[in-house]
Amino acid sequence: MKILQKDKLYSFLFILPSIILIAIFVYFFIFWTGFISLTDWNDIFPSFNIVELRNYIELFQNFRFQISMKNTLVFTALFLVSSLILGFLLAIFLDQKIRGENIFRNIYLFPMAISFVVTGVVWRWILNPGTINNPVGLNQILDKIGLSFLKSGWYTDPKIGIKAVVIAAVWQMSGYVMAMYLAGIRGIPSELFEAAQVDGANMWQVYRYIVLPLLRPITLGAIIILGHISLKIFDLVVAMTGSGAGFSCDVPALFMYDTTFRGNHFAQGASIAIILLLMVGVLIIPYLRYSLKSEVKR
Amino acid sequence: MKIGRLLIYFFLILFAIFYLTPIYVLLVTSLKSFVEVDLKTMWRLPKTISFESFIQAWGGDPKRGLRGLSQNFMNSVYLVIPATILSAFLGSMNGYVLTKWRFKGADIIFPMLLFGMFIPYQSILIPLVQVLQKIKLYSTIPGLIFVHIVYGIPITTLIFRNYYSTIPSELIEAAKIDGADFVGIYRRIVLPVSMPAFAVVMIWQFTSIWNDFLFGLVVAPNPSVQPITVALNNLAGSYFVQWNIQMAGALITALPPLIVYIFLGRYFMRGLLSGSLSGV
Repeated sequence: MKILQKDKLYSFLFILPSIILIAIFVYFFIFWTGFISLTDWNDIFPSFNIVELRNYIELFQNFRFQISMKNTLVFTALFLVSSLILGFLLAIFLDQKIRGENIFRNIYLFPMAISFVVTGVVWRWILNPGTINNPVGLNQILDKIGLSFLKSGWYTDPKIGIKAVVIAAVWQMSGYVMAMYLAGIRGIPSELFEAAQVDGANMWQVYRYIVLPLLRPITLGAIIILGHISLKIFDLVVAMTGSGAGFSCDVPALFMYDTTFRGNHFAQGASIAIILLLMVGVLIIPYLRYSLKSEVKR
Repeated sequence: MKIGRLLIYFFLILFAIFYLTPIYVLLVTSLKSFVEVDLKTMWRLPKTISFESFIQAWGGDPKRGLRGLSQNFMNSVYLVIPATILSAFLGSMNGYVLTKWRFKGADIIFPMLLFGMFIPYQSILIPLVQVLQKIKLYSTIPGLIFVHIVYGIPITTLIFRNYYSTIPSELIEAAKIDGADFVGIYRRIVLPVSMPAFAVVMIWQFTSIWNDFLFGLVVAPNPSVQPITVALNNLAGSYFVQWNIQMAGALITALPPLIVYIFLGRYFMRGLLSGSLSGV
């Protein structure tokens, strides 16, 4: 019994450093950021006079903040829908006893291993529109294959802006969705497929009415993972476009960085960070509760 | 072959081209010499293969004030190796305790740890910089290592916890009856079967730390300690740097994680899938 007590103590000591580090570097730091957001620390020298919600009120009236919030929502919606559809299609097509499946899978997935910065640098060039008489990059290809009407200014056109960044983000992340769905499809017992085929269901019906509902947890997982990455997107935007013409490519994570570390408006920056955290929290916290609860049931 | 299958292959190949296009652009551009680089011919193969751009991207060109990436590449190496190893061990210890030595409150501690992996780091950056300045780790490589270890705790703990929950508890109970203590069980039973989980975690941490940009940007403003992603962004942001140098720099930056992916892709996949809770 004595040994058991000692072991219990040891086991707690094993995990204690991590608990302390997370308590300080996640929870206390968030609290501290929240506190800073209520102060008037808006130049280089720290100042902690409480101004209550003034930073937030100013923020919501700020033109750049409004645009960056709108951009994030547009970006997230487009990015999620395109990655999910593309990932699902690639997964069901790859599931058709494809020759060279491994090669295809590896090609679809490798962008996940690459830094967003590299992705941004390359896609900035591919989507560089050139001029009307001298189209370059993708526009040049579109001209060659007779799809000139699809040519556009991409990220340089303020009307498109952040939507061009979606292309690069889908390039990087859709393979991940494919891998998740493929693993899910492979986990479905083959009797289910056979039974459905015996009942005369065609391939489309099998996927629509049997596979897709069974994959709902994976769809949810993918939405959470891609969603939180998308709300926080920073590296890709910085490397590819920056905040863009008229802030048409701006996102809150970038606005926070500029405000805080370039503009030295620490309290303002902290308030952007808190809003960003709340957006991610709304997505993540219910999911964490849901998956841990269902784990206990299992 | 039926038309349907042909269409499927057509679709699969079309998208394979989509995913490979940026790699094609990276390769053909970085292998062109300076005279050949021209936006109008960016899609063409190089007439002669030249490594000029790699030499400049790596070594820089003092005459033009161009910083090469070699020092930053090494910074990333010095940063990623200790950070990966240490955070893997921390994760393993946490996973062991959380699955085999469940204590009161473990059910609350785990999700509290996990939450740390989803937060936007913007919400901790200001205090992080303040604290690192106080403890003299700001703008140093050890400081960056420390930051990556701390914010790596959630994901490494998650992967190890999931892995260790597949070790039968009877095994642990039997060892306890045989008189093995906490550390003994960890060393003799748990660690020896942990290699697959270590591979997954280390590959995951290696790629995400190598690819990190935000911490490098904020915590290491001094160019001599910057990791390679930050240096690449600076390189690509200077207007006087030709496209072939930028692409060579991007390729150099992408290479280590790509090599890991090519040779250890199986483990990389597992890490990706365990990143999603429901996928496990």
